[in-house]
Amino acid sequence: MEEMNINEMKELVLKYVVKEYIDDDDVKITYETPLISSGYVDSFSMVSLLVFLENRFKIKIPPSKATPEAFDSVNSIVALVNQYLKQ
Amino acid sequence: MSFPESIRSIYQAQLAEIHHAGIFKEERFIHSAQSADIEVEFPSGSDLKKVINMCANNYLGLSSHPEVIKAAHEGLESRGYGMSSVRFICGTQDIHRELENRVTEFLGTEDTILFPSCMDANAGVFEAILTSEDIMISDRLVHASIIDGMRLCSAQHDTFKHSSMEHLEEKLQLHADKRLKLVITDGVFSMDGDTAMLDKMVDLCEKYGAMLLVDDSHATGFIGRTGRGTHEYCGVYGKIDIITTTFGKALGGASGGCVSGRKEIVEMCRQKARPYLFSNTIAPVIVSGVLKVFDILSGSTERRDKLEKNAAYWRKGLTEAGFILKEGNTPIVPVMLFNAKLSQDFSKDLYREGIYAIGFFFPVVPNGQARIRTQISAGHEIHHLDRALEAFIRVGKKYGILGLTKDQIVEKYGL
Repeated sequence: MEEMNINEMKELVLKYVVKEYIDDDDVKITYETPLISSGYVDSFSMVSLLVFLENRFKIKIPPSKATPEAFDSVNSIVALVNQYLKQ
Repeated sequence: MSFPESIRSIYQAQLAEIHHAGIFKEERFIHSAQSADIEVEFPSGSDLKKVINMCANNYLGLSSHPEVIKAAHEGLESRGYGMSSVRFICGTQDIHRELENRVTEFLGTEDTILFPSCMDANAGVFEAILTSEDIMISDRLVHASIIDGMRLCSAQHDTFKHSSMEHLEEKLQLHADKRLKLVITDGVFSMDGDTAMLDKMVDLCEKYGAMLLVDDSHATGFIGRTGRGTHEYCGVYGKIDIITTTFGKALGGASGGCVSGRKEIVEMCRQKARPYLFSNTIAPVIVSGVLKVFDILSGSTERRDKLEKNAAYWRKGLTEAGFILKEGNTPIVPVMLFNAKLSQDFSKDLYREGIYAIGFFFPVVPNGQARIRTQISAGHEIHHLDRALEAFIRVGKKYGILGLTKDQIVEKYGL
């Protein structure tokens, strides 16, 4: 995988989240927007995001770490991905 | 006894949070039989108020039908009150099997198994038929009971955007490697009143070798030309692998539900579904009433025809008055207000006007999608609908929302 800085990663994840989960054009998502606790993403839909992250970044995130809390914002998602990129 | 103040205070704090969030639910006591005209005590201890019920699932107006009540009496006399046993020990009567056969015939499936409720049917079916090698792919707006049922199942789960067939196809491709794939949807969605595209879903399921489960609780008895359900409406009668539905709405409205579908699926539920194995089934008195409901429905489509006309009349009246409705052609007609507080205030004012209709807001519906959900019944007469419409218009004028666009309402009241 090509090298990516943090902001590029955030932008990539943000784009995926908007495409996959946000139907309402009026909803604007930022890196900080709570995704699950605000109801934009239900925890049942997280599997797509998990598969996307694992395929895109060539990492394996254990199910125990793929929690609603860890997936609750673009910032927290990228922080999680970074942990496994470094391993 | 171990319920000291330290424990009590934990619950009190949680209840206070629910109050603070404005989502504390209070029951309204109805002092009459369920019908279009009811007498309600609300708040608790207040004088009874006569109101028109615009929020019951009593779609066919059969909840208090004299023939259903008579059949229930006869069932009570001939088969007794309770079974005091689960089905597979000594809790199955001839009429339980008779009802299963009637449902199978009505829905055009291979076999049926009764459950104490459709909540139980949905809680039991997934775990009974899927394993961790399998995948459940559900529409994002399916009913809460399906979500709970999926949580109880070891199969993986994923979702597709509401009614997006392109997204569903992507998900079927993404999970092509799974042993069994089960696509899950409501037939009619309870909060929006729209209908699943079952014809397209059947095609996709055939293309990708997936099974299809439809919860038709808000459709059985009245959707489709002869009221068989969403599969009849979509032209795929006989092609749905699994239908779950309820007797607690249009079909007399008492309680009980079922899983109906491929005979091996039904047999797996009979062997493994926990709400079936570890709970008494539907009481004989209710089984007798539901059997009479099927007699009534088999004899005539008069009730579902009247319901269709009533719903169209109601929808037209609200639209012409300038309300924003969710599009659809079912008896579920959501009046969109977008702002949560406005939906609650609107509902209270309707009640003062003698109209019983509830406001829904997040988390029951998505953020910024607050609404009054109205539900039409064959038990409504035109004078009920006219009176309700007059009240809606009066309250709508009070809040100045008639004829406004969504953006204008949001500008006025916020999201």
